[in-house]
Amino acid sequence: MTAATPAPVSATGSAEAGLVLEDVTLVLGDGDDTVRALDEVSLSVVPGELVAVVGPSGSGKSSLLAVAGALTLPTSGRVVVDGVDTASAGRRGRTRLRRDHIGFVFQSGNLVPALTAADQLRLPGRFGGRREHRDPVELLAEVGIEHKADRRPHQLSGGERQRVGIARALVTGPRVLLVDEPTAALDRQRSQDIVALLAREARTHEVATVMVTHDHDVLHHCDRVYEMIDGSLRAFEG
Amino acid sequence: MFLAIRELRFARARFALMGSVVALIAVLMVLLSGLSVGLVNDGVSGLQKMPVTSFAFEKGVPHDTAFSRSVVPLSAVDEWKKQPGVEDAAPFGNTLANAHSDRGLPVDLALFGVEPGSFVDPTPAEGEPLGEDPHGIVVSQTLLDQGLRIGDTITIDRIGTELHVIGAVDGQHTYGHVDVAYLPLSTWQQIKVGARPGEPVSDTARAEVTAVAVRADGDVDLAAGDKAADTESLTKEKSYGASPGYTAETSTLMLIQVFLYAISALVVGAFFTVWTIQRRQEIAVMRAMGAPTGYLLRDSLVQSLLLLVASAAAGVGVGVGAGALIEGTSMPFALSAPSIVVAAVLLVVLGLLGAAAAVVRITRVDPLTALGGNR
Ligand SMILES: Nc1ncnc2c1ncn2[C@@H]1O[C@H](COP(=O)(O)OP(=O)(O)OP(=O)(O)O)[C@@H](O)[C@H]1O
Ligand SMILES: [Mg+2]
Repeated sequence: MTAATPAPVSATGSAEAGLVLEDVTLVLGDGDDTVRALDEVSLSVVPGELVAVVGPSGSGKSSLLAVAGALTLPTSGRVVVDGVDTASAGRRGRTRLRRDHIGFVFQSGNLVPALTAADQLRLPGRFGGRREHRDPVELLAEVGIEHKADRRPHQLSGGERQRVGIARALVTGPRVLLVDEPTAALDRQRSQDIVALLAREARTHEVATVMVTHDHDVLHHCDRVYEMIDGSLRAFEG
Repeated sequence: MFLAIRELRFARARFALMGSVVALIAVLMVLLSGLSVGLVNDGVSGLQKMPVTSFAFEKGVPHDTAFSRSVVPLSAVDEWKKQPGVEDAAPFGNTLANAHSDRGLPVDLALFGVEPGSFVDPTPAEGEPLGEDPHGIVVSQTLLDQGLRIGDTITIDRIGTELHVIGAVDGQHTYGHVDVAYLPLSTWQQIKVGARPGEPVSDTARAEVTAVAVRADGDVDLAAGDKAADTESLTKEKSYGASPGYTAETSTLMLIQVFLYAISALVVGAFFTVWTIQRRQEIAVMRAMGAPTGYLLRDSLVQSLLLLVASAAAGVGVGVGAGALIEGTSMPFALSAPSIVVAAVLLVVLGLLGAAAAVVRITRVDPLTALGGNR
């Protein structure tokens, strides 16, 4: 592993601190029926940046998050999260990497139904690891729903669920945050609020954030915008 | 535990439903165990309480009816006494009889004929031992509970032999669901051959008993003894099978219990299978968040353990309460702490196995499915 390789689409800062993808190709499916879900994708996101990825359905956006989040290994190329190469980390190492260094925000929140908002934030602390977590109550206040701390997901609105999901992803103090269609289930105003919140969190807490979205109205919150077409990533133009 | 407890609370209606199934099975288990202990007591407590290690029956006698069919000569007793390892041997007669007490109480008796003073002659807790009165009998305490009294006279139906209740042994002594009465061997032989009072008993009958009761230490060679005495030995435990109905009753109950354990494990397994499938999305999310598989498995097993222990405990509580009421009736029923504990532990352990088979699905949940709405 040579650290000298330049990160092609990085705008600022040290490449290794946040998220780095180098010539990442992901081939899905088996036999003759294979799909190049990612085709030589290179991307570098430094802590504090919010990068958006737009693109048509089936273009490979979720695949990008899966590879960046150490859920899948690329067929070829290199994925480095906070200085750790996901391929050489091993299965357990990737689980630890996700636990300690990566935060996920899923579509529609994907909260655990049985847990109150505050407990959603306490849950990651049960997964082991010695890292100091952020205070759940403070974090809920930061995302603006401290008064709903004792509510369970079914007692929250879609936007509130998404805020809890963001707070849960941030509670471990990750260096990389991966967000999959956070506004898919929200109205226009709430979408703006949620993406503004993500941008603010990324900047104040120095998190390298990648957000996949269909929603072109929220792109002005983002530092850079890319477009995914047939597995290839390129800069997005209006 | 963090997640397990919160989920138990959150889905309490579903867990309560599952718990009540386990609890009801536990109630049934307690009642069945009470019934089997009761039936065992009713069937063989008279044999269990004899200071005997084995019985030597007639050679070739069917094992399930040995006590009613076997006839061995008295000479076999002396042969057995000579065997190395045998501490004592004594003649033993066994026959069932219907009788009436002089106060009109009908009594069914298992007549155990013994040589007064031999090691199988019981020491009564009340009244006099066998010996002086050739027609004196020492009966099971349970007969006194049914209204018989020491001093009563019992007349054997049809042949009219009169027996005098002179003493009683402590506790329940029954055989084939009938109360035991110990009586001198000579009187037993008289009743066995159906001789009316005053009628002579042939010399052959005088020389015959049901079996040789043997008390031996661990070194005894039963096969060698059988060869020398021309008998067929059954250890005391094996001889229980010769008590009328014993094998059929215990194996039926055993079968029911085995089925209940299997049903309970399968039901718990099915429940946790459905539960785990319902949780698939949140499990995928937690695995994507970096939850170690071991943590998720442990949490689910703790959850099933809590459910099983709580519901088994509730069921045992109800079962013991109901059992205490049944114990007061004439049903063959006896609560025994060890067998209840064994039943409860088995229920929990097998349920846990069923749950474990279900929750291993957690390891097959792909954290990738957390990404994207409907992948
Ligand atoms: N497990 C799989 N096996 C084979 N092909 C797959 C698999 N998962 C996804 N694909 C294919 O890979 C490509 C990229 O999929 P991906 O889910 O990354 O798209 P996406 O951009 O997230 O789409 P959407 O906007 O609809 O969520 C698609 O052509 C899809 O059909
Ligand atoms: Mg997608």
